[in-house]
Amino acid sequence: MIRSIKTRRQAVLVVCYGVIAVFMVFFLFPPYWMALTSFKTNQEIESLKGIPFLIQQGATLKHYQDLFTKTDFLIYLKNTAIITTLVTILSLVISVLAAYSLSRLGFIGAGILGTGVFLTYLVPDTLLFIPFFKIIGWLGLLNSKWSLLLVFPTAIVPFCTWILIGYFASIPRELDEAALVDGANHLQMLLRIFLPVAVPGLVAATMFAFTISWAGFLYPMAFIFSNEEQLLTVGTVTTLIKGDVYHWGGLMAGALLACLPPVLLYAFLMDYYISGLTSGSTKA
Amino acid sequence: MAQVVLKDLNKKFDEVYAVKDVNLHIRDKEFMVLVGPSGCGKSTTLRMVAGLEEITSGEVHIGERLVNDLPPKDRDIAMVFQNYALYPHMTVYDNMAFGLKMRKFPKSEIETRVKDAATLLGIQDLLKRKPRQLSGGQRQRVAVGRAIVRHPQVFLFDEPLSNLDAKLRVQMRVELKRLHHDRLETTVIYVTHDQVEAMTLGDRVVVMKDGLVQQVGEPLELYSKPRNKFVAGFIGSPAMNFIDTTIVEAGGALYAEALGLRVRVPPDRVSRLGPYKGRAMTLGIRPEDLREAGGGDPQDLVFEALVEVVEPLGSEILLDTRVGNQTLVARVDPTVRTRHHQKIRLAFVPDRIHFFDNTTDEAIA
Amino acid sequence: MTALRQEPLAEEWARQRARRRSSVLARLRSKPVAAFLMCLPLLVLIVGLIIYPFFYSIYLAMLNKRETQVVWLDNFRFLFTMDTFWLVVRTSFLFTFTAVFFKALLGFILALVINTLPTRGQRVWRGVSLVPWVMPLALSTLGWWWIFEPTHSALNWILVELGFAPKSWLADPFWARFSIILVNVWYGTPFFMIMYLAGLKSIPLELFDSASIDGAGPFQQLRFITLPMLKNIIAITMLFSTIVTFANFDIVRVLTRGGPRNETHLFGTFSFRLGIESGDVPLGAAVALVMFPILAVSAFFILRGVRRSVV
Repeated sequence: MIRSIKTRRQAVLVVCYGVIAVFMVFFLFPPYWMALTSFKTNQEIESLKGIPFLIQQGATLKHYQDLFTKTDFLIYLKNTAIITTLVTILSLVISVLAAYSLSRLGFIGAGILGTGVFLTYLVPDTLLFIPFFKIIGWLGLLNSKWSLLLVFPTAIVPFCTWILIGYFASIPRELDEAALVDGANHLQMLLRIFLPVAVPGLVAATMFAFTISWAGFLYPMAFIFSNEEQLLTVGTVTTLIKGDVYHWGGLMAGALLACLPPVLLYAFLMDYYISGLTSGSTKA
Repeated sequence: MAQVVLKDLNKKFDEVYAVKDVNLHIRDKEFMVLVGPSGCGKSTTLRMVAGLEEITSGEVHIGERLVNDLPPKDRDIAMVFQNYALYPHMTVYDNMAFGLKMRKFPKSEIETRVKDAATLLGIQDLLKRKPRQLSGGQRQRVAVGRAIVRHPQVFLFDEPLSNLDAKLRVQMRVELKRLHHDRLETTVIYVTHDQVEAMTLGDRVVVMKDGLVQQVGEPLELYSKPRNKFVAGFIGSPAMNFIDTTIVEAGGALYAEALGLRVRVPPDRVSRLGPYKGRAMTLGIRPEDLREAGGGDPQDLVFEALVEVVEPLGSEILLDTRVGNQTLVARVDPTVRTRHHQKIRLAFVPDRIHFFDNTTDEAIA
Repeated sequence: MTALRQEPLAEEWARQRARRRSSVLARLRSKPVAAFLMCLPLLVLIVGLIIYPFFYSIYLAMLNKRETQVVWLDNFRFLFTMDTFWLVVRTSFLFTFTAVFFKALLGFILALVINTLPTRGQRVWRGVSLVPWVMPLALSTLGWWWIFEPTHSALNWILVELGFAPKSWLADPFWARFSIILVNVWYGTPFFMIMYLAGLKSIPLELFDSASIDGAGPFQQLRFITLPMLKNIIAITMLFSTIVTFANFDIVRVLTRGGPRNETHLFGTFSFRLGIESGDVPLGAAVALVMFPILAVSAFFILRGVRRSVV
């Protein structure tokens, strides 16, 4: 009897690992294929012989070299880095203040604003990019990367605020009361008690702000036309393709490198990211 | 060092009174315990003293000052919370020092005070740890230490022991009492729902229910002279037995008819009970005031009861018994031999009987 | 005389000023005011950058192409006579519902499977599974675009090796739609998995123990314990994904640009084509606004579900 439970459990595990293997191939094939292509020589990419899933004619770093020397990739990278950093800081300051206020202080209409935050975080960018196009036009920011400082936070701030409200709400109220009795004012309480305790939430919110901003595609696509101002996503997708012949190796090298920062960030801080992702819609 | 005076204190939450017309005079260096079932307003009262809850009406004085409009930090109080409320990101040392830092004490002074308090509480080796590395009892000590270092005029405790396991709770109880006696000599207001804690710790105890103060007094006074049926039932474990009774007069003496018996009313109660002649009342008797009847007991105090459950506790036995449709708990000597479904003869200790008015629940004594 | 009079007056002013300042300070220190001030940036953002643009886009949608004249609902009327518009509507619904269905199904299977593994292994698989979700979508879609390439790339190579005819994935209407759905499923399944896994973890294990003692087998446990317990989170995740999928832009824009012959346009990409690329801002705004009722209904149900899970 004991043995049969054990063997049944083992059979279940074998099936599970089989299913997981299929999923992993599905999930990881595209990045693998991108990486593979980026290291292949152009001849090998174009050759129709042999198995394409391996590098058979020797790996090359030429595509990466060309990316930095012959394209505007570095300009895009710089623009994206600047915009993402600023957007992240800006969004976090706004979100932290609002979340602290909404979860703790309370004023007339705080409940409505809380619901408002939730609803705005459901507003997709495809709904608003046309009016933004006009508004940015008035402000004279069309074809300027700075326009993105204005529009990126619209997607990020509500989401981060929502996550942080959840985190702040999970901090026991006794903790603020202890701080009040200890003589801290609201600002000290926020800086010395709340933020340190909510570090996991802050990390998650920072990651979201960073990844959403880094991956932003529609807004730069709609508002920015010149290479000097362009961001990494749009730049890679639109300008790395030269003429009629697709430079697959260079294109994949660019796409992969551009993916790297959010993926690395995620690799190191996975647990924060996941807890933020799930708490955003389950707990809060 | 200060007295705390509450005058006509009221707290309303959405038209419901959580605390109603509370008047208390807590003396300097007194250990005052507020006790009552959950929702009785004891914590709200404490939080109004702390300044964590706005006062609807009335006054709170600490020392000579009216503190109604002072924020918590300016009231010269320290508080220990139920869940300790230790700052999880700070070491034990920093937790204890935080209040002093906020008040801009010099570093050296902070250090001596924290070290002193830590030694006093036996946590001097834990100062570099974070709260999550501590056991429940150690956290409790840090929470107390955080209050001590401030040298406040008043200590406020909000159910500080309720998260500890039973054994540790007893131990910490003794330590708190010793601390108050030997070292602190400061006014303490202590909130608990545990009547044993209230009785053992308090110089005086305030029993509250539904936002109203039921009785204020020294522990034994509450026990022996409860002012009403609620206090009588709340203080003491197992709780006092309540029996329906009727007061009758026969041959010039007053009797309480209950359980088929006629219990003679002790002479010193006759004058107060006189007006209740012919009326229904409630008779209260504590379990320890029912004993196994011996040959010497007068027959009008002895009755027969059916034993339903026997709870041998070692030093005593609790008997859950039935007389007619009335259940009675008796606390008897461990030498008593009985089993469930057996009958036992029990006797009242007559001068320990309490009488309660059925409409007001007031004790008539 | 006048000097004498002015002096107390000046003093009085100073006193008044001091009083006023202290009352301002006091008000700043009071909780509701501080709370409101801290919310102000958020409020400005919501009103200025979400609510205002939304109403502005309603106004825009009622202008003529040169934005010189209010034509009320003419843009919508024109849209409703356009075959391409109805094609977009059909594609959007097909895309959304098919993709959400498969994401939910595959996400659930994966969550169940990962949850069955020994606890120590779960973290790794969960982590690796999230890679598609973390890569910027426009860039990973670029990778897919290359995978779908008909002559030199992977997919057709496999088909040929297996003895099938190669397909022109992005040029054939059916396979182009299949492709955008496939990429969306690839991208979104991890999100569903994560949500469902968190939900699974929140079910007390005693329930399964108790059910198995009551004689329930694995499928009955799934049917009577797991699914009912996850009902709310399944619903919220699907509705949330419905909004995001419906409003998707990146995949179609990178893979097909709406082609072949507008067969794969979604609301977002069609609105972009009309509003930005063809310069008819009002018509583009009108297309985007047609999305709104669908999004609003989903949002309403999400909000209800979230509220319910709180209570």
